[in-house]
Amino acid sequence: MSRPPAIGSPHSRVEGRLKVTGKAPYAADHVIEGTVYGAIVDSTVGRGRITGIDTRAAQAHPGVLRVISHLNAPRLPYNPNPGYANSNNPPGDRLRAFQDDRVQFFGQPVAVVVATTLEAAQHGARLVDVRYDAEQPSTDLTSAPADDPMTYERGDAEAALQSAAVKLAMTYRTARNHHNPMEPHATIARWNGLRLTVWDKTQWVPGTQIELAAVFGLPAASVRVISPYVGGGFGSGLRCWPHVVVAAIAARELGRPVKVVLSRRQMYFGTGFRPAYEYGVRLGSDRSGRLTAMTHDVRAETSSYETFTEGIMGAGQMLYTTANVSQQYRTVPLDVNTPIWMRGPGWATTSFALESAIDELAHELNLDPLELRRRNEPANDQSSGLPFSTRRLRECYTVGAREFGWQRRNPKPRSTREGDWLIGTGMATGVYDTSRNNALAHVRLDADGTAVVQAATSDMGPGTYTSMTQVAADSLGLAMPDVDFRLGDSTMPRVPPHGGSQTMASVGSAVQDGALQVRQLAIQLAVADGRSPLYGVAPGNIVATDGRLHVTNNPRRGETYQRLLSRNNRTHLEALGSFERPAQDRFSLHAYSAVFAEVAVDRQLGLVRLRRMLGVYDAGRIINPKLADSQAIGGMVGGIGTALLEHTVTDHRDGRIVNANLADYLVPVNADITQLRAIYLDGHDAEADPIGVKGLGELVMIGVAAAVANAVFHATGRRIRELPITAEALL
Amino acid sequence: MYPFSYTKVADLDDALAAGRRGGRYIAGGTTLVDLMRETVERPGTLVDISDLPLRRISATPQGGLRIGALVSMAEAAAHPALRTAYPVVTQALELSASAQLRNMASIGGNIMQRTRCGYFRDVTAACNKREPGSGCTAINGHNRTHAILGTSDHCVATHPSDVAVAFAALESTVHVLGPDGPRTIAFGDFHLRPGSTPEREQSLRPGELITAVEIPAHPRPLASGYLKVRDRQSYEFALVSAAVALHVRGRVIQQAKIAAGGVGTVPWKLPAVERHLVGKRPSPQLWTEAAELAAEGARPLEHNGFKVDLLKRTIERQLSTLGGTA
Amino acid sequence: MIVNGVRQTVTIDNRTSLLDLLREHLDLTGTKKGCDAGACGACTVQVDGRRVNACLTLAVRLEGAEVTTIEGLAQSEDELHPLQQAFIDQDAFQCGYCTPGQIMSGVGCIEEGHTGSPGEIREWMSGNICRCGCYVKIVKAVQQAAHGN
Repeated sequence: MSRPPAIGSPHSRVEGRLKVTGKAPYAADHVIEGTVYGAIVDSTVGRGRITGIDTRAAQAHPGVLRVISHLNAPRLPYNPNPGYANSNNPPGDRLRAFQDDRVQFFGQPVAVVVATTLEAAQHGARLVDVRYDAEQPSTDLTSAPADDPMTYERGDAEAALQSAAVKLAMTYRTARNHHNPMEPHATIARWNGLRLTVWDKTQWVPGTQIELAAVFGLPAASVRVISPYVGGGFGSGLRCWPHVVVAAIAARELGRPVKVVLSRRQMYFGTGFRPAYEYGVRLGSDRSGRLTAMTHDVRAETSSYETFTEGIMGAGQMLYTTANVSQQYRTVPLDVNTPIWMRGPGWATTSFALESAIDELAHELNLDPLELRRRNEPANDQSSGLPFSTRRLRECYTVGAREFGWQRRNPKPRSTREGDWLIGTGMATGVYDTSRNNALAHVRLDADGTAVVQAATSDMGPGTYTSMTQVAADSLGLAMPDVDFRLGDSTMPRVPPHGGSQTMASVGSAVQDGALQVRQLAIQLAVADGRSPLYGVAPGNIVATDGRLHVTNNPRRGETYQRLLSRNNRTHLEALGSFERPAQDRFSLHAYSAVFAEVAVDRQLGLVRLRRMLGVYDAGRIINPKLADSQAIGGMVGGIGTALLEHTVTDHRDGRIVNANLADYLVPVNADITQLRAIYLDGHDAEADPIGVKGLGELVMIGVAAAVANAVFHATGRRIRELPITAEALL
Repeated sequence: MYPFSYTKVADLDDALAAGRRGGRYIAGGTTLVDLMRETVERPGTLVDISDLPLRRISATPQGGLRIGALVSMAEAAAHPALRTAYPVVTQALELSASAQLRNMASIGGNIMQRTRCGYFRDVTAACNKREPGSGCTAINGHNRTHAILGTSDHCVATHPSDVAVAFAALESTVHVLGPDGPRTIAFGDFHLRPGSTPEREQSLRPGELITAVEIPAHPRPLASGYLKVRDRQSYEFALVSAAVALHVRGRVIQQAKIAAGGVGTVPWKLPAVERHLVGKRPSPQLWTEAAELAAEGARPLEHNGFKVDLLKRTIERQLSTLGGTA
Repeated sequence: MIVNGVRQTVTIDNRTSLLDLLREHLDLTGTKKGCDAGACGACTVQVDGRRVNACLTLAVRLEGAEVTTIEGLAQSEDELHPLQQAFIDQDAFQCGYCTPGQIMSGVGCIEEGHTGSPGEIREWMSGNICRCGCYVKIVKAVQQAAHGN
């Protein structure tokens, strides 16, 4: 009896034991001989120039070794490193650590204090006295001038709106959100001559390697990035931020390894954020609910020095049948640090606006929100004309409605009350494009019958270690414990960023390719080996399972990898697997969801409590249902935070973030979360990638906020168009 | 964190001597260490009082309860006599902070807690409380969580404690020991409104040490409870809270003790609400009328105007929960 | 002080927190720093049998105290504490960074007897933020360890 395939089985995390015993080393946990501590000094003005830095008190503090700022830092090459293939640096001129006297946002790193102890470094940073010629920063999205828009036009939306039987115009606002992974960003940098090694928290090992090489003017091979564990990221680790460079500068100047760990406060201006948006939507439809026109007028935060954009425009072009679409997406340069993608980037924001708007239209038309969506379900992707690879939204709606009990809903808002609580239900659709990019993975099968698989990818929580092990195990015909998947080192094969839900599709496909190649090598070795029981068998008639090769319909005719390799005096077989993204897609590739929420709103106190949530997902093949379930409920929790709690507050007088900590920037706690349930439609998308997945991590966040807002409307009759939804909005 | 010297004292005399020399008492340390790390607090000497014999909860001869200053929030919250007699106190405790922090923090330290005002906690912002005369950044800044009652032009910071609101409602007494011996401070006199000296937060004299908080006897039956309104369901300071204790006999409210949290620069007693209730029969209309008086004198700021309404509604809700309509 | 059953004598800066003592001096990096301000629970350890935030605990105050960290929770190197096993079984973590704090807090929650209902566990585990959003499964793991199901 051979064991069931690893793929599709609910395996526990292979690195679980390390994590529950505290032995998994995150960036700041690596014990590097001779390490000293760096603490960053942040600007206390929102814009201006540094006129002087008095380091005497800091230098005099016991334990302080050096204070480094633009006054004494080396001038670095900072070679251009544009393009999302190399750096994730958006268009513009990236912030250069300690290269000049300019301050471009509140909290910008202006110096680093290096000391023999953490306490001395931190206090030394407090003692550095920086003087500024301060200017008034511009940090208010609502009033600052915008860049020229990116636009999209299909048909004539204005004319169609004019003649539409039903017209709606709304403006939605979303707050700035910060990723706030539990692990603060941290870097330990060590130089060995002209070679730099960093132990870093990053979601893109090769990207950090290439950026550091560009900054310091080194060949990429001279930079090694090590990052075996990432304590959450949600996008904050997709770029090599200035503090990584600061650690490397300090290590070079001191000639010793330097550890820099950002404080929680520094995470609010050191590592990007989901920008705030003003999102105008106009809808036109006929009386039966068929959409005839849609316009999106969007303003979003970016920094003064880089133009950050994200996937805002996609959903409006392809989610619903609409002949006439007009979109304008303007970035608004502000004196803030540059945003970065955060879970469900762009699509999550659009989904709040669009799915709220569709709900408003359903109410206007007195139509069930699901029925309205069904009436506008497109036959193909109207933005590209391409057919959908797989699109099972109708099934998501049907299964979701059944499992959630949608039909029990009284469609009338404010119709259900339990004591002081008004009860409401709402739903929203989620969509995210299936991204995948070129990836490599090295697979080595050793003579002892075990395999080592390596790729320079990351596991910030989705379960890369486990799912890649499953893919490799099945392709090689090995048991899970006989496969050792390693990641997080720039000496390993290159992969795309661990973000945008592309790791499984890209790296997973490369792992599968490499493993299948190695299996093929073994089969070839066997069929050509006169001492093998498989000698002369057609390679296509041989399968691998349980560490053995055998004839397809005759498990007894075969032998173990171990025997095969040792008899042939082979220490190992190896291959470099790859996945190449097709130059042109023949299909429209997206993952979909329907999210259902039930909320209770205290009719007097305005408090919103989530009572239950269900997500139904069309995400292609599910490699590990246990981990996929965790990802989905985690995405719901993230979305609930965005919907009800999360809001980075900036004081526009000086650009200061006033709630840069976890007591005042609220994320959900255990008590906020009750019943969450995820259902994945059993699926496989053959067009997306060789392993048939469509990506999970982003999808599961998208639609959650709109579902909550729509449920709040149903509970109260109050339409809240601004996130987060607070008590004061409902009083 | 600024360097400091550290001494642990074994008895009250040692503590007072260290206090007289300018030492700063530390009990649970959950506020003090946090603020030292932010360099808001810069004590030269920490006097560790955790070994002092102030860890008992005992009944007073008058029928009240005396809670030693070093009793942890967790111990107090779990204390059977306190839970039975004054649920408003134990509920306020259990709705505060987290289980970990409640294991650390002491009752004495809790009522000494300092504000969560973001500008107070950020040493790069002007703050009259932290640096007298430097100005108040919050008055015209982001002030959603700030006070609407007891404010001045110098400070609008909210007092953050929950249990202090319950103590205030129950008209407790703070026992202190100082160089001149023991004395008591009525709870309503313990916390100082900011006025023109927001840096002065309590009526403690230099070197004085809190030894206990005493809750007086109240007529039985006493229906009491604490309602905390906040954005998330746990581990957050109050937007608005209500501590209410009602003594109803013969279908008439004989005594009402009420205070509010999250709205005042100090735990905010509501005597007008109390007066309106006494002598009347419980009814939904009475709760509404009484709650209407809760925000008398409120001075809302740009972002916290909603607290005026929310305060009234919170009081009304808690009156109705505890008072019923008998 | 005694850390995980081992007597430790260290000379440290008065300013050093228990958290930094563990991480930077004793190389016990299983205890994590998430906020350094008592607002996340990642640094939860037991001091004299009670769960506390190591970041707000000055190490100098712990003379003679007994500290248990995630590294010292199990009976031996090869074993897992039932709650550690439950976290694996229930998939009660993703990135794993808050996990040592969750587990140390969960042990406290169980010992304190606050596992009577899912709602009670949720409230008494709310001092530990999990940004990956594993709360539903953390509650199940605590239930499993407390009640063997």
